Amino acid sequence: MSEIVLDHVSKVWGQTTAVDDVSLTAAAGELLVLLGPSGCGKSTSLRMIAGLEEVSAGRILIEGRDVTRLPPAKRRISMVFQSYALFPHLDVAENIVFGLKVRKLKWAERSARLARVAELVGLGELLHRRPAQLSGGQRQRVALARAIVAENPICLMDEPLSNLDAKLRHDMRVEIRALQQRLGMTVVYVTHDQTEAMSMADQVVLMCDGKIVQAGRPEDLYDRPATTFVASFIGTPPMNLIDLTDGPNGAVVAGAAGRAVLQGPGHGLRLGIRPEHLRLADGAGIEGEIVSADYLGADTILTARVGNQSVLLRVPGRSGLATGEPVRIAWSPESVHVFDGTSGRRMEDGRAVPVAA
Amino acid sequence: MPSYRMQIYGWLLLLPAAVLLIAFTHYPTVATLVQSLFLSGSVTRPAVFVGVENYQFMLEDDVFWQAVRNNIWFALGTIPISIALALQMALWVNRRLPARGLVRMAYFTPTILPMIAVANIWLFFYTPGIGLIDQFLGLFGLPGHNWLGDPDTVLACLIVLTIWKEAGFFMIFYLAALQSLPPELEEAGKLEGAGRWYFFWRITFPLLMPTTLFVVINALINSFKLVDHLFILTKGGPNNASTLLLYYIYEVAFSFFDPSYAATLTVALLAFLALVAIGQFVLLDKRIHYR
Ligand SMILES: Nc1ncnc2c1ncn2[C@@H]1O[C@H](COP(=O)(O)OP(=O)(O)OP(=O)(O)O)[C@@H](O)[C@H]1O
Ligand SMILES: [Mg+2]
Repeated sequence: MSEIVLDHVSKVWGQTTAVDDVSLTAAAGELLVLLGPSGCGKSTSLRMIAGLEEVSAGRILIEGRDVTRLPPAKRRISMVFQSYALFPHLDVAENIVFGLKVRKLKWAERSARLARVAELVGLGELLHRRPAQLSGGQRQRVALARAIVAENPICLMDEPLSNLDAKLRHDMRVEIRALQQRLGMTVVYVTHDQTEAMSMADQVVLMCDGKIVQAGRPEDLYDRPATTFVASFIGTPPMNLIDLTDGPNGAVVAGAAGRAVLQGPGHGLRLGIRPEHLRLADGAGIEGEIVSADYLGADTILTARVGNQSVLLRVPGRSGLATGEPVRIAWSPESVHVFDGTSGRRMEDGRAVPVAA
Repeated sequence: MPSYRMQIYGWLLLLPAAVLLIAFTHYPTVATLVQSLFLSGSVTRPAVFVGVENYQFMLEDDVFWQAVRNNIWFALGTIPISIALALQMALWVNRRLPARGLVRMAYFTPTILPMIAVANIWLFFYTPGIGLIDQFLGLFGLPGHNWLGDPDTVLACLIVLTIWKEAGFFMIFYLAALQSLPPELEEAGKLEGAGRWYFFWRITFPLLMPTTLFVVINALINSFKLVDHLFILTKGGPNNASTLLLYYIYEVAFSFFDPSYAATLTVALLAFLALVAIGQFVLLDKRIHYR
């Protein structure tokens, strides 16, 4: 089926290595999200799959066929560009059927497909407008329509929603996901927005500096981040990463002489814990002091100082806490992650046993 | 009184530009028009009002018609070819190629040269017997030819020279327009499997239409405006075979000393150019605006 495989793929421009030995597999019918900060090589990877950029090393396979040296048109791929890349002098209908005309499809077939696709993305009334006469969201739909009208099994999308406002972005996210599932397309979707990745993806591939840091289901990345980079990239607000140090009864938070948070030595370790897994406690818990409170409506993000570390907590509703107020922070041991302080890697070896605070 | 004072300010701000424009553009135009209605006077004889007599004379003037014919052929010969060449060169140097900057500069060089210098270079090409062209033909044992002295070839010689000079200039406009086209358009085309030829005619060329219009108007105006090379190469000869309208006006005014008739010819030229400009803007403008 329409599966995409990158096999040790690299892209080098002179001194810069944009993509460094990347291997991944997008299963047929899967929505794979390439996620990462700006400049990490997401677009470059996508463009190599499309054939718009030559591969420096490695192989690309589509449906089991080696397409590494194939021109874009031979790969049976559609693409939605970040800038939409609509032809400004052609109307919506002409833009959508551009590729069908290139392939010399019969008029009847063309108009049948056009009607179907226009219906699907809700562009019916706008077929005779020029791109300049459309809103951002409508242009986005035209780009999407042009991609799906070809009925290619694979569609690549490069930050297709980055030009839209928050509301429209949410709606389009849902629409794209629904469309992808209905048509059974294999989609590789590039974004630097982790919310988009978490909500849409079957598989998230998180990249940094041209390398894959972690790949897996959204919940894998959320529940078991492989490195501190993943931990700090996934989730809003991101996971707290707290430096630890040795204490009398086990590891303690750096700069705080309070309760032990891990058994054994703590020097050189970092404790990871998500703001939503922290709670304010009465008696037990480690001591801290409120630095600020961000009220978001449904909940409030508190910033607290513990030792010389700052910690974010997500608490429901308004907290009613004032700056400088002392608090006690508690958590349950299973929500704790432990990372090596220098390599940033997750530690699973049982050396560090979390304790509830 | 603030609005009254604002008005004065406005007019004062406009004044310098208005004075220059009126003194050097509008007044001469009107004066030319007026003069074309008089018969040229001299020191002893004042100018006489003759109405449209000068125009009647013009319509019966064989040399005038010859100049018009020459000019039309000159325009038809230079405009399409120089534009096609310019576009071709722009597409070529817009691609990734070794020493691209050098190639671009080479194409642009003829534009920087003054027309007089260009004419001198081509004079060397066209000279019978010892000129570059004849020497080249001589290599194959072909006889030489007096290119500029033959009424059948002289206009073609001027056309070639003008194309050589102008194509590089127009290329710059096309190059600028091509570089402002987003590269994703071409990538989208590639993904859809559009070949180069198809993509050019379906996408690139239509998107370059505003540039083409601009270049066509410039080329057309230039074909009536550029006469410097005639002074060096042919002086309108032989037998008026290379006389262009503006050169004829110059001759009438400064060789035959008939300023009134020169004014008449000038009015005819102006009227024609104005008509062309209006026509192009009104007719074509409607069809080529996308944004
Ligand atoms: N044509 C090029 N020549 C040289 N270096 C390039 C080229 N294109 C991209 N790069 C470099 O490759 C790296 C990856 O670029 P890429 O466009 O893939 O990033 P990205 O992950 O898509 O970032 P963004 O989220 O900002 O779009 C960057 O460091 C960039 O500077
Ligand atoms: Mg990018």
